[in-house]
Amino acid sequence: MIPEFGHFALIVALCLAVLLASVPLWGAWRRNTGAMALAPGLAMGLLVFSGISFACLAVAFLQDDFSVEVVANNSNSLLPAIYKFSAVWGNHEGSLLLWILILAVWTAAVATFSRQLPLLVLSRVLAVMGFVAVGFLSFSLLTSNPFARLIPGTPADGQDLNPLLQDPGLIIHPPLLYMGYVGFSVAFAFAIAALLGGRLDASWARWSRPWTNIAWAFLTLGIMLGSWWAYYELGWGGWWFWDPVENASFMPWLAGTALIHSLAVTEKRGLFKSWTVLLAIFAFSLSLLGTFLVRSGVLTSVHAFATDPARGLFILVFLAIVVGGSLTLYALRAPAVNSRVSFAWLSRETLLLVNNVVFLVATLTVLFGTLFPLLMDALGQGKYSVGPPYFNAVFVPLMALLVPFMGLGPVSRWKRDSAQRWKAELLLPAIAALACGLTLPLLHGEYNLWVALALVLAGWLLLGLGRDVWLRLRAAPTLARGLRRTPASYWGMVVAHLGFAACVVGVVATSQYSIERDLKMEAGQAETLAGYRFEFVELANFRGPNFRADEARFVVTRDGEEIARLAPQKRRYLASNQIMTEAAIDAGLFRDLFIAMGEPVGQGGAWAIRLHYKPMVRWMWLGAILMAVGGFITVVDKRYRRQRAASTASAGEVARGAQA
Amino acid sequence: MRILMTVLLWCWAVAALAVIETYEFSSPELEARYHALSQELRCPKCQNQNIADSNAPIAQDLRKQLYQQLESGASDEEILDYMVARYGEFVRYRPEMAGPTLILWLAPVLLLAAGVVVALLVLRSRRGDRDRGLSEEEQRKLQEMLEREQDA
Amino acid sequence: MAPRLKLFLPLILFAVLALFLFRGLSLDPRAMPSALIDKPFPVFSLPALESGETLDRSLLLGKVSLVNIWATWCISCRVEHPYLNQLTEAGIHIVGVNYKDDDESAKRWLADLGNPYSINIVDAAGNLGLDLGVYGAPETYFVDAEGVIRYRHVGVIDERVWRSKLAAIYAEIGGELPPSLAGAGS
Repeated sequence: MIPEFGHFALIVALCLAVLLASVPLWGAWRRNTGAMALAPGLAMGLLVFSGISFACLAVAFLQDDFSVEVVANNSNSLLPAIYKFSAVWGNHEGSLLLWILILAVWTAAVATFSRQLPLLVLSRVLAVMGFVAVGFLSFSLLTSNPFARLIPGTPADGQDLNPLLQDPGLIIHPPLLYMGYVGFSVAFAFAIAALLGGRLDASWARWSRPWTNIAWAFLTLGIMLGSWWAYYELGWGGWWFWDPVENASFMPWLAGTALIHSLAVTEKRGLFKSWTVLLAIFAFSLSLLGTFLVRSGVLTSVHAFATDPARGLFILVFLAIVVGGSLTLYALRAPAVNSRVSFAWLSRETLLLVNNVVFLVATLTVLFGTLFPLLMDALGQGKYSVGPPYFNAVFVPLMALLVPFMGLGPVSRWKRDSAQRWKAELLLPAIAALACGLTLPLLHGEYNLWVALALVLAGWLLLGLGRDVWLRLRAAPTLARGLRRTPASYWGMVVAHLGFAACVVGVVATSQYSIERDLKMEAGQAETLAGYRFEFVELANFRGPNFRADEARFVVTRDGEEIARLAPQKRRYLASNQIMTEAAIDAGLFRDLFIAMGEPVGQGGAWAIRLHYKPMVRWMWLGAILMAVGGFITVVDKRYRRQRAASTASAGEVARGAQA
Repeated sequence: MRILMTVLLWCWAVAALAVIETYEFSSPELEARYHALSQELRCPKCQNQNIADSNAPIAQDLRKQLYQQLESGASDEEILDYMVARYGEFVRYRPEMAGPTLILWLAPVLLLAAGVVVALLVLRSRRGDRDRGLSEEEQRKLQEMLEREQDA
Repeated sequence: MAPRLKLFLPLILFAVLALFLFRGLSLDPRAMPSALIDKPFPVFSLPALESGETLDRSLLLGKVSLVNIWATWCISCRVEHPYLNQLTEAGIHIVGVNYKDDDESAKRWLADLGNPYSINIVDAAGNLGLDLGVYGAPETYFVDAEGVIRYRHVGVIDERVWRSKLAAIYAEIGGELPPSLAGAGS
C-alpha cells in the first residue's frame, strides 16, 4: 500500500504544481490579489506532497519491499540501513524524486523567506518554480515512475546497491549537488519574474543574490564531495576526470560563479542588467542540460544512469520549452538600450567584467569540449574523444589569466580607481608574493616552475586580501568597531577568495609533485616512496556485512618511526558478486599516503599494489569548502534582512541620478 | 531495458577495479611516458575510460602493446599513429591540433578574443571620463552612499 | 545590428544546440565504425586451424568474403553460430578468425556445432585482431574481391540484422546474393 500512497502523493504534487504554475501567474496578469496570494500556500502543499512521496519510497527501501522495481534493482536485505536509505537516490527514478523534493524545498523556502517581496513579484517567482516542478513531476510520472511494482515476479531478494555507491560520501553527495543545481532555479525564477514584470532594476538583483550565493555554495560542496569520492573510492587516486557527467555539474558552477559576481555589479551599480538576467537563465539552463546529458545517453560516461531515448526526448522537449521560452522572453523584454551608468577603465566594474569574460569563456569551452563528440557524430564526421589532456590544456591557462585580476578586485573601488592607489596598496603584497612564491619551491629539492607560478598567484591573492582587511580595520577607530562595521558579505568574499587560492595551490602541487608506483609486492616486502617506507606485513581475510575481502596490511614508517597502519581491501560483494577495490589512505594536511590493491600476481601470494604519495591534495578540497563557507557567510549580511520591499534607493540609482 | 541495465552495471563493476600493471621498465623515462600515454589513450570498448584505468581485455592488450612499443624504442607519435590507424581518432583523448579537431583547439582562443573585444567595447561605451563626470560634491555623496550600503 | 536583434542571439544559438541534441538522441555514441573501412585487409601470416599451413591475405582475394572473429569463450558467438551455418549453406564465403583461443576447444566447437568457415585463421596472440582494430568478439568484416575491408559489423549476426542491413551491404560490395538471403528491401 505504501508505494501506491507515494505514487498518489506524487500525482497530487503534480496537480498542485500545475495550479502553482498557472493561478498566481493569471493573478499577476489580472492584478487579482486573491489568486496571487495562493502562491505561498500552493508552494507549501507542493513540499508536503513531494515529501510524502519521497518518504514512501524511503520506507519501501528500508522495509526491503522488493515488489517495488527500483528497490529490487538497487537494494538488498544485507545492505546496511544507512545505505538502504541512500539507495533511494542511487538510481535514476529515485534521484529524480530527490530532485523534485529539493525543488519543492527551494520553492517553499522562497515562499517563506520572501514574504516582504511585493506580492506581484513573489507570485511570479513561485509560479516559474511551479512550472519547473510541473516538468520534472510529469517526467517522473510519465517516464520514470519510482513506484512501479514487480507483481507478479517479486524477487526474494534485491540485486543490491552498486558497491561504488555504498559509501558515506555518496550519501550526501547527490543531495548537496542537487541543492546547488536546483538552487539556480531560484535565480532563474527571479530573472524571469523581472522580465515578465518589465522591471529590471537593482532590486531584483538584491533579492536573488542571497539565493544564488547559497545555491552556488551547495554546488561547490557537491562537486567537491564528488571529487573526493572519486579520489578514494574509484581507487585510482585521480580526483577529476573531465567526464561528461562531471562537466555537467561543473558548467553550472562556472556560469554560477560568473553570475554571483555579475549580480554584485547589478545590485551595487545598476549595471549589466540584461547581461545578469541572461547569466541567470544560462546557469539554470546548464543545470537542465546536465540532467539531459546524464539521463539521455547521448554521451558515454562512466557515471551515467541506465539510459533511455524516450527519457532523453522528454527532457529535451522540456529543455526546449523552458530555455527556448525564457530566451524568447529575454529577447522581447530585456532592455535593449544600455543604462547610462558609467565607470572608468580602472574600477571594480572593469575587474568584475574580466571575471565574467573569463568564466563565460571557460564555461563555453567546457561546453564545447563536452559536446564536441556529439556534434561531430551528428555532422557525420566520425567518432572523436575529448578528454582530460584537452581540458587541462585549455582550462589551466584561463584560470591563470584570471588570478592577477582577482587579486586587484577586492582592493579596487567602484566607479573609478587610480593606478597610484593600487600601487600604494598592492606593491608590497606583489613583491612579497613573488619572493615567497619563487623561493618556497626550493624547499622541495627539485625546483618546479609550475608550483612556483601557483604559489606566486596564490600569494598574490592571499597577501592582497590580507592587506585589504588590514587597511579596512585600521581605518576604524577601534578593532571591535572595525570588525562590526565590516559587513558579512565582505568576509564571505574574503573567505571564498582564500579558498580559491588554496585550491590553486592544492591542484598544482598535487599534480606536479605526486609520486605513483605500481609494484608487485608480497607479505614481508617493503618499498620506499618519497621517504616513506611501506611495509607489506601480512595478507588477511576480512568479512564485512555484505562482502568478503582480501586485506593487505601495511605499516608505514618514516625514519624508523611509525606513521600509519593501512589496510587496503579487495572486496567481493555477496549479492552482486561485484569486485571492488577499497583504497587505504593516510590523510594529512601536507600529504596523503594512498595504497590500493590490484590483482594477485602469480601463485606465490604476491599482489599488484599501487602506492601513491600525494602532497597537498587536501588543499583542493579544503579550498572548495572555504569557497562554500564564504558563499554561506554572505547570506548572513544584514542588508538582505532589511525590508526588502522598501524602495531603498540603491547606490546605482543614485549614481544615475547624479548624472542626469 | 533490463539487458541494458545489466550491461551498465557490469561496466560499473569494471570501473571499480583499480588496474595495476607491474611492468618492469628499462628506464624511468619510459615508465613516465607509459603512464602519460596510457592516460591519453581511450579504451575503445569502455564507457569513458582511458586504457590505464580500464580492466577490459582490449585495454589490457593495448597496454601490453604500448609497453612493448615503448621498450622497442617507438616515439610517442609513432605509437599514437599506430593506435589511430587501428581504432580511429576515437582513441585519442587529446585530439590532434590539425584537421577537423583544430577547431576544438582554436575555440577557446577565439572565444577569449571575442570576449576581450566585447569587454573593450563595453568599457569604451561606459568610460567615465567621456561623461560630464561627477562634481566633487556628487563624488563625495556617491562614495558615502556606497560606503553606507556596504556597512549596513 | 539593431540592438533588439542582438538580444535574439542567445535564442538562435540555443536553437542550433537543441537541434544537435535532438539529432544526438538517435545516434549511438557507442557504435564505432572501423578505422579500416576502404583500407586493404592487414597483412598477416598465421596458421590455419585445420591443417596448420601458413595463410596470408591472398586468401581473401578474388571473391567477396565475410571475415568472422570468433572464440569459444565468447558467448554471443554461440548465439550467431547457427545463422553463420545457414549463410554458408546458401553459398556465402566466410573466413573465420579464431581469436585468442585454444586450438583444441576450437576444433571441438566446430565439430559439435558445425563448421560454417571455409577456413580458420588461428590468431592465438590476438595480433591480427589488434591490426584489424577488433575490440571484442564477435565482429564480422565484409571484404571485397580486391581484399579491401568495406564494412564492419559488431555483435551477433542473425536473420533480422542480415535482412535489414547486411544483405544490402553484401550485394553492394559485389557479393552474389542467393535469393533465399535477399534483404528486406529488395
